Amino acid sequence: MAHGHSEKGGHIVSYGTFIGVWLALLMLTALTVAVSGVDLKRLSVLTALAVACIKTSLVLGIFMHLKYEDRIFKVMFLVVVVTLAIFIGLTFTDTTLAR
Amino acid sequence: MSQTATPGAGGQAVLREAEHHFDYTGRKLGMWLFLFTELLLFGGLFIAYAIYRHVNFADFHVAAKDLDLVLGTINTVILLTSSLTMALSITAMQKGNRKLAVWLVVLTVLCGLAFLFIKYFEWTAKISHGIYPASPELMKLPPGEVRFFGLYYAMTGLHGLHVLIGMILLIVMAVVIARKPSRVHSFRPDDADETMAGARPAIVDGDGKPLWKGGIIDENVEQVSVVVRLKPGPHTIQPSDYVSLENAGLYWHLVDIIWIFLFPLFYLIT
Repeated sequence: MAHGHSEKGGHIVSYGTFIGVWLALLMLTALTVAVSGVDLKRLSVLTALAVACIKTSLVLGIFMHLKYEDRIFKVMFLVVVVTLAIFIGLTFTDTTLAR
Repeated sequence: MSQTATPGAGGQAVLREAEHHFDYTGRKLGMWLFLFTELLLFGGLFIAYAIYRHVNFADFHVAAKDLDLVLGTINTVILLTSSLTMALSITAMQKGNRKLAVWLVVLTVLCGLAFLFIKYFEWTAKISHGIYPASPELMKLPPGEVRFFGLYYAMTGLHGLHVLIGMILLIVMAVVIARKPSRVHSFRPDDADETMAGARPAIVDGDGKPLWKGGIIDENVEQVSVVVRLKPGPHTIQPSDYVSLENAGLYWHLVDIIWIFLFPLFYLIT
């Protein structure tokens, strides 16, 4: 069970992979802080959120092992994201259309 | 573990392992379900943030300038690093390296402590400037800025509470792992009564050399069984030894993810 799935247990991710992900996360943080100094108007929020989403998918996928889990975990996560998106979308139609 | 029960009378004792029902996927699925409720809890606050920011666009930008970008960035790096040590501790545990796993969990808790310390520093600096919910100073500001700081205290406060809970959870896990002899297996021969009467139990090593000898099994003996305590090591580690650590880690990573969004939304929108 040096690598891959241990007996009916979780996937073992190597130390090196985690350190690589950590370095990527630090670089993305540096990037998002650097970009925040540049005035991109509306785009600056979008880039900040895009970087946050990339960072989140790294933490979710590798740190939280979601990439290696059964499909049910991914489907459930998708359901949560869609639910949140519906909430956000509907709330925004209310604020933008109601006035 | 090379302990062998030796029924002296030579009977073929059936060694039956105590049945363990352990649902690895189920344990993790339960944790994920809980995390989803947490996501929706914070999701509600993020929606409130999005709406207020949409309505008070300019005020939010002005108010965000009051937050310390350097401290926010340091805290981001600290939390990301704590997520790394957390993830590493699970790999260490899965490989049966218990000592390393405990130290990595301790390191994670220390990162959490550093995060909260900086947060405390930030909050007290703000409060000493008269900026706290419903303060006279704050109420003089435009309504958009009042909302910004209201959300700032509510969201970083709730997040800080989660960091604190995560730290307590991890301290408990560190103690549990450090003390773990964890699995206890009990073997009990079925036909002990007939075959073992009058025999002497012994524990022998691989060469048959006795390590321990017991007394004679006479009519006063009611039960004969062998209990083996297994410490998780490189060869004996099982999913049941680390699934709790994994679940505590999932909670910790979720707290990190929430901060990944809080950081740009409060500190980087100047």
